Amino acid sequence: MTSLLNPSRPPFFCPGCSHERVVRSLDKCFQHLGLSGNQIAIVTDIGCSGLFDTFFNTHALHGLHGRALTYATGLKLACPGLTVVVIMGDGGLGIGGAHVLSSCRRNLDLSLLILNNFNYGMTGGQCSATTPAEASTASGFLGQLEAPLDICAVADAAGATWIDRISADDAALAERIGHALTHNGFSLMDIMGICPGRFSKRNRQPKKLIAALSERFEKRGTPERHSSREEYGEAYRKRCEQAQPVRPMRPISCTSAPAEPATLRILFLGSAGQRISTAAEILCLAAMHGGLYATQKNDYPITVLRGHSISEVIISPFPIGFTGIKSPDIILALSEEGVERRKDTIGSAAPSSLILQVSEIVIPDTKARLIRVDCTALQAAKNQRALALLAMLTTTQLTVNAELLRRALEHKFKDDQLEEALALVERARSSAG
Amino acid sequence: MATPRFFIDGNEAVARAAAKSGCRFFAGYPITPATTIYQHMLSLLPPSGGICLQGEDEIASLGFCLGASMAGLKAMTATSGPGISLFSEQISFAIAGEIPLVIVDVQRLGPSTGSATRGADSDIQFLRWGNSGGLPVIVLAPVNGADCYNLTCHAFNLAETFRCPVFIASNKEIGLTGEAIAEDALADIEPLNRAGYDTHQSEAPYQPFAPSADSMVPPFLPIGGEVLVRQTSSSHGPDGFITTSPETLEQGIGRMRAKLISHRNELALYRIDADPEAEILVIVYGVTARAAEECVRGLREQSQRLSLLVVHTLYPIPEKLLREEIAKVSRVIVIEMNLGQYVREIERFSGETTVEFFGKMNGELISPDEILRVIKP
Repeated sequence: MTSLLNPSRPPFFCPGCSHERVVRSLDKCFQHLGLSGNQIAIVTDIGCSGLFDTFFNTHALHGLHGRALTYATGLKLACPGLTVVVIMGDGGLGIGGAHVLSSCRRNLDLSLLILNNFNYGMTGGQCSATTPAEASTASGFLGQLEAPLDICAVADAAGATWIDRISADDAALAERIGHALTHNGFSLMDIMGICPGRFSKRNRQPKKLIAALSERFEKRGTPERHSSREEYGEAYRKRCEQAQPVRPMRPISCTSAPAEPATLRILFLGSAGQRISTAAEILCLAAMHGGLYATQKNDYPITVLRGHSISEVIISPFPIGFTGIKSPDIILALSEEGVERRKDTIGSAAPSSLILQVSEIVIPDTKARLIRVDCTALQAAKNQRALALLAMLTTTQLTVNAELLRRALEHKFKDDQLEEALALVERARSSAG
Repeated sequence: MATPRFFIDGNEAVARAAAKSGCRFFAGYPITPATTIYQHMLSLLPPSGGICLQGEDEIASLGFCLGASMAGLKAMTATSGPGISLFSEQISFAIAGEIPLVIVDVQRLGPSTGSATRGADSDIQFLRWGNSGGLPVIVLAPVNGADCYNLTCHAFNLAETFRCPVFIASNKEIGLTGEAIAEDALADIEPLNRAGYDTHQSEAPYQPFAPSADSMVPPFLPIGGEVLVRQTSSSHGPDGFITTSPETLEQGIGRMRAKLISHRNELALYRIDADPEAEILVIVYGVTARAAEECVRGLREQSQRLSLLVVHTLYPIPEKLLREEIAKVSRVIVIEMNLGQYVREIERFSGETTVEFFGKMNGELISPDEILRVIKP
């Protein structure tokens, strides 16, 4: 096979830089695998290693520092047949650490070659995540206070299926890169090299320093994990084949004239876990079955099964603008927690307004008309009370009737859930006489 | 008989519109109040052969989208304030690399992590300027669920046409507010695809950033196809290789600016409710427009003469529209759900006319009454 090196842009590294050996070994490896340029994408980030893509006649994607794996992930999932080689330095490894961990866990078929030369060469030789603490760098004592990262051990812990560590001057480099590239899954190679422009300038025996570090890592037991786990893209596509198509949006058609010509503002005051938002949606659906417009604005804290849950529903024969409610026509008071949030609204409620209240909760003094609902007697569990109050609301003639509520429930629920909801509505309505 | 209506929230409208527009790739990171867009895309894409991913963070999510878009797929992501902050470097890349992309910002109350479940139009200037280099972007602001649907369709078409990131500046109070949307309010917008490069047109190698004879937007070829494609975030010439030639850089960067700015007036999406006798012009965007509409309706019932301009295309700034409408009145009032972001743009085109401003950032919607007190102090 012919070389994929770009003859018009030969490698342009400092004399003696180990990066150049990796460029030539990668090219040899491509030739050995019989790949043509358009079967390969080289994805790089920032730093001297970021020049790699310009030396090859392949597809190329050069992006931000440490993010090469992110572009490669989107690219590989979109083009499963493409050989995607990701090149980063130890700088990219440090700043993009989260992406390295996730790539190990994900096991998408990418090959990450870390050109590890133990410092930030392009910016002046500062310490990186892999710098031995004994080394001297432009970061002064800062590099000596932190432990160097053993990326192979980290990758192993993160579930990588192919991990290899090699010196850039190892005669087997091209062959070993070839193994990483043909592994079906995520492969990570820690390729250790010397930075003559920076690291060698400050450290008289750079090779000795790196050999000592390498030995220390090996004593720990360098993981050379060549395991197999289903490749992410293949697994993803299998799951997609089984995925059920989602229901299209279901339109609601009204068969009658608008049920109630006035605009009504209804406030649900409850707590998380009471299915407040669901009940508010059912009211909206019922109103829409009656030919009305509806909006539902929710207010809740960031907690999940704790805290207030408030819904503001507006139903109107006209399109609705502002979705907030200052003076509600109807309040459904379902929990003291919810009531507490809008106690002023209850206190200032007009005499013409109506409050439906779960009988056991305490609400502030109000001039509004009150209907107390004994939810215990209705056998309405905590998460059914909002629906019980909605059912009572249908008996007041103020807004949606029982027929519209039934159609809303049929739109929202099915099977047992629907049966249960309809039975509760029936109990509530008959208790109202 | 009334037209059938859907009951959906703005976030679902965005997702449904994305699927309709041919979006084949979504990646996101869970964040209130944008999470449900991701959840909807996860339901919509995989069963129809698309791809939906959850990134390890927002930076990864947007990076995935960039890679997929460069492979030729229409891609979208969604987030809120803290995530849009993390997106910043990748947004710059999308601009520099001319990578089509739709980014939905369901805005919440800032600054910083702010309030996850409270609305605000916190990020308007961030969307415009939150990239290194300051090149223009497209920002579309919906008012309601139907806008979320229609503007998302437009956003995909604009991203494809101009090869750039397009933002939807939504808001918790639109994204998570359910409402009845008439079926016929959802426009049937024909999906457009990025212009491809005709590989038979020339013997010369493909230049990924060379404009065509009739457009400032470079024709696209995907990474992974027959022809070699180079993409780079670094300063480049038409061939996609790094360069420091001042002439080449000036030409390329000038072209990237001009490809949007030269279309600023025709890109203007807006709704004007004009009274030819109006002395007052109220300018709004986003969810605040809903309160403004109510307020204006009420004032007209009291025989007040005023016009309302609802701007959907916030960027590029619809200069001609703003100049023309402002010239017709003696008072301009801008209302925003922040402490004054877009008003700065209005002021630049208001000439001698003083621009009055009212804004609020406390997690509550601006009400029609509050707007009334600004118009009739």
